[in-house]
Amino acid sequence: MSISKEEVKHIAKLSKLNLTEQELDKYTNDLSDIVNFANELSNIDVDGIKPTAHILDIKNVFRKDEVQPSYDREQILKNAPSKDAGCISVPKVVE
Amino acid sequence: MKDYEVIIGLEVHAELSTKTKIYCNCSTSFGADPNTHCCPICTGMPGTLPVLNEKVVEYAIKAGLATNCEISRFSKQDRKNYFYPDLPKAYQISQYDLPLCIGGHVDINVDGNKKTIGITRIHIEEDAGKLIHDAYTGDTLVDMNRCAVPLIEIVSEPDIRNADEAVAYMQTLKSILEYLEVCDCKMQEGSLRCDVNLSVRPVGQKEFGTRTETKNLNSFRAIHNLIEFETKRQIEVLENGGVIHQETIRWDDAKGVGYAMRSKEDAQDYRYFPEPDLAPIVLSDEYINDIKNSLPEMPHIKKERYVSEFNLPEYDAEILTASKHTADYFEKATAACNNPKAVANWIMGDFTKMLNEKEIEINESKVTEENLASLICLIDKGTISSKIAKQIFEEMFETGEKAEDIVNKKGLVQISDEGAIKEIVKKVVEANPQSVADYKAGKDRAIGFLVGQIMKETKGKANPQIVNKLLLEIINN
Ligand SMILES: [Zn+2]
Repeated sequence: MSISKEEVKHIAKLSKLNLTEQELDKYTNDLSDIVNFANELSNIDVDGIKPTAHILDIKNVFRKDEVQPSYDREQILKNAPSKDAGCISVPKVVE
Repeated sequence: MKDYEVIIGLEVHAELSTKTKIYCNCSTSFGADPNTHCCPICTGMPGTLPVLNEKVVEYAIKAGLATNCEISRFSKQDRKNYFYPDLPKAYQISQYDLPLCIGGHVDINVDGNKKTIGITRIHIEEDAGKLIHDAYTGDTLVDMNRCAVPLIEIVSEPDIRNADEAVAYMQTLKSILEYLEVCDCKMQEGSLRCDVNLSVRPVGQKEFGTRTETKNLNSFRAIHNLIEFETKRQIEVLENGGVIHQETIRWDDAKGVGYAMRSKEDAQDYRYFPEPDLAPIVLSDEYINDIKNSLPEMPHIKKERYVSEFNLPEYDAEILTASKHTADYFEKATAACNNPKAVANWIMGDFTKMLNEKEIEINESKVTEENLASLICLIDKGTISSKIAKQIFEEMFETGEKAEDIVNKKGLVQISDEGAIKEIVKKVVEANPQSVADYKAGKDRAIGFLVGQIMKETKGKANPQIVNKLLLEIINN
């Protein structure tokens, strides 16, 4: 395994996901496959090649600082499962 | 007890005063109804494409140049991943290994001692939303208006050694950002705030101690008090044989107490990676030079000019140039009355005291530059006495009325007519033979009493030089 069960637990915790033992085993396998696949790239000789910051050969894509109308609040909150006082309502996080 | 050295580094966040957010055309204006300055881009909807606001790059470079940084010719943006309800995308777009500005410094002044504080880097990033506690339901409400408002983060070297230096550094940055007009620096609204990293070590020890971090301090007082508190706390822990944990301190400014939050070792795992939706920023020398040439006169240059052009003492020049608003005010009023020293004295005296009491800045005052100038002209022409002027100024400060109008309305024009004053002087001298005798017996204080009586008779309007002259003439006759 190129990725350990502990690492999967850590990533799940960062993503606020609760995984069962079964799921942990499955994702350890799946993520290992993905990492192994990506690791193929490590075999390529990149001596003398500049690091890539972007996959396309583009630079300096800017916009002007001009205000345009925002969306209606109803539309912004449309997909929120719970809302109150014009806001998305979530379980308590403020101390 | 051992002697300890305190090591402090500041991460200052400044909201840039662009009209729109960093990656979309939503407005950045403060105080709108919740979630009315939002669109699919700044609320992190899938399939949207952020496009960088060109002003954000320009403003960040201005800040970099004004703090002696090297401007990167090649720079990129990265995703900083963390999960929190104020961050709808679950990542913040920031800059990781290739920030816009690197390696600068600013000079600070603490009680007349100059010190240079290094600046590690300045990078651009987006702000997070605002979380509001709903007392009724106990839930947390999310307002995304502030999501993706542009920020620069100015990271200092660990060169700061105490609370006074930290406050002086913060004041210096505030002054620079105000002069550049890239941030409104309203600390109480959170548009300028800082995180304090602090550790202590026994004097002589080479390695740094373990540091704690306190986030989002938004007043000079809070920065000062937190540093004093945390320094004392860490030294006490070490003196009692304890260890400092790398943790976040939450500062309760009202109580003046900091609380160590439970340390979350893996919370710092931000898994940065290059932002695939945004193109690299590649800057030409020409572009950077154009910005360099457009920079306004900075505070330390202005200060030197005030000394040479207006003949002001260095101390006055320092105070007047510390804030751009004050300097602008001073220059406008001076242009209108041509008496720089008088303008400086007014600004540095009662005016500042009254502004501080009201907790407002000079540009928010009801007294315009023109009105202060005309008040000074009235004194210079001898129309009013400087004592009366103070009274008039208080009224101008409260009501915003013009000096001339108050003078006319209240009949405060100074009496300089010698004949009229002579009558009053004679009357007072006749009514107070004892004081006259005391004066003649060598008690100089008696003269002050007589002057006071004369001023009382004239309701403070008699020209004091003429009063003094006539009084001495009459008594000595
Ligand atoms: Zn938007």
